[in-house]
Amino acid sequence: MSSPDKIDVRYVAHLARMHLADGEVARLQPQLEQIVGYVQQLGELNVEGIEPTAHAIPVQNVFRADEVRPCLDHDAAMQNAPLAREGQFIVPKIIE
Amino acid sequence: MNYIANVGLEVHVQLKTRTKIFCGCPTTFGAPPNTHVCPVCLGYPGAMPAMNAEAIRLTVLSGLMLGCQINPASKMDRKNYYYPDMPKNYQISQYDQPLCLGGGIEITLADGSKKKIGLTRIHIEEDVGKNMHFTASSGIDFNRAGTPLMEIVTEPDIASADEAMAFLEALKEILAYGGVSDVNLEEGNLRCDVNSSVRPAGQEKLGTKTELKNMNTFKGVHRALSYEIARQISELEKGGRIRQETRRWDDLAGVTLAMRSKEEAHDYRYFPEPDLLPIVLTQAQVTEWAKALPELPEKRRARMMSDYGIPEYDAGVLSADKALADYFEATATLVKNPKAASNWIMTTVMAKLTELHLTIGEVKITPAQLAKLINLVEAKTINLPTAKEIFELMFAQGGDAGEIVKAKGLAQVSDAGAIEKIVDEAIAANPKVVADYKGGKEASFKFLVGQVMKLSKGKANPALANELLKKKLG
Ligand SMILES: [Zn+2]
Repeated sequence: MSSPDKIDVRYVAHLARMHLADGEVARLQPQLEQIVGYVQQLGELNVEGIEPTAHAIPVQNVFRADEVRPCLDHDAAMQNAPLAREGQFIVPKIIE
Repeated sequence: MNYIANVGLEVHVQLKTRTKIFCGCPTTFGAPPNTHVCPVCLGYPGAMPAMNAEAIRLTVLSGLMLGCQINPASKMDRKNYYYPDMPKNYQISQYDQPLCLGGGIEITLADGSKKKIGLTRIHIEEDVGKNMHFTASSGIDFNRAGTPLMEIVTEPDIASADEAMAFLEALKEILAYGGVSDVNLEEGNLRCDVNSSVRPAGQEKLGTKTELKNMNTFKGVHRALSYEIARQISELEKGGRIRQETRRWDDLAGVTLAMRSKEEAHDYRYFPEPDLLPIVLTQAQVTEWAKALPELPEKRRARMMSDYGIPEYDAGVLSADKALADYFEATATLVKNPKAASNWIMTTVMAKLTELHLTIGEVKITPAQLAKLINLVEAKTINLPTAKEIFELMFAQGGDAGEIVKAKGLAQVSDAGAIEKIVDEAIAANPKVVADYKGGKEASFKFLVGQVMKLSKGKANPALANELLKKKLG
């Protein structure tokens, strides 16, 4: 695991689509490092022989049958859209 | 210098489920925008996904057909990125524990030799929405968002555009056979990303690759890849280098272009999907599902050749579509000469299907009825032209060939005495033609045969008519 003092706050902010002022970067730098450093204490534990797990509860194979359920009414689906046209959600032009 | 191309495909295939992967919205194509949506597939905060069991079963079946190992323990992960057609800002996919590993497809090259294209993995994921462009904005339709996809990833084993095409054709055929996908290209059921690189012959290390995104026709893949491989080679020959980048195929101009959007290093920050639990597949479960597997096209071709003694070409045509192969086999087992069944289906039946844009499933003539018709010809009860006439009647309304023959009095006349009478009639009515024939004009004989067939209303056994005519004319 990388050491916490290498956090690139601007990069992380960009991934989260957040705009940070210089002062905010300076303030967040030690805070983030402190948080990650705290979590990294877990790295000190000896986990040899322990299966990695993504969930805290020992449950698996929770499935749904392939049966159609009612959808949202179209008008209800669109009611929070700031802009709509021809039944679609309007977003700034996508450039490929 | 000689160059070797290494191409890998990432093929996204829509699974044939009734509903989306994590919600009960239908997957039907062509609904008005944003009418097959709900809080789950619109990515509302707090909406919880629920895994569609059928998506898992169909992917496992695909894995079995493609020779993959089925992963006993699998899980879902979040792939984080921003794009307007993805409402949650993450796509639920699989990262390090996909459902299937390894496998491959054997393709046939132009020279007839076989080559195995290896598979890396198959994982399941949700599709994104569809975007449409207006002049100053873009519109998003989320009907497709959440449609279950399996992504089939190949090894970079493909060496040319032709091989890529052969691979895709073979893959499509197998998936259609298994009934795991409709593989309807027009409806976007199969789309692929093409990763390609070239290296000088003799160099072990693969060259820098470029990626062509979202190709949705096989012809497009072939053209784009032909262009891209040539472009990379010419770049290297000029002493240039290949940039690792995503490119777009411009079908009209026939070129690949670097995408305009800024190319960033992808940082998807995959992590286990907390809202979905692990998938554990026991051997017993997989074995149970495997019972639904059909015989695959490649195997079936070989068996049809040996079971019915039909040529490789016939077996290839007939086995390309599962329903057609089923129809052929059902017919072939009921006739004395299976090659006749193959001829009938490949020419007469298939011509009708093309002409009327029908599928074999929509044909009114059952295999048993077709077999009866074929057997009537083989037994010389009717001749071929009469049989074709009866076929037309049966095609329009179904029915039994034997009964049609009886009702319409179409049985072939193979009674020598009766035909002899007609032959005499034909000779008497055409003294000039007879004289021409005797004078050495061969074509006159054909005319006389035609007259006999006409007088018999097409019912005379042509072989017998020929024979008797020859005898009479000395
Ligand atoms: Zn939904």
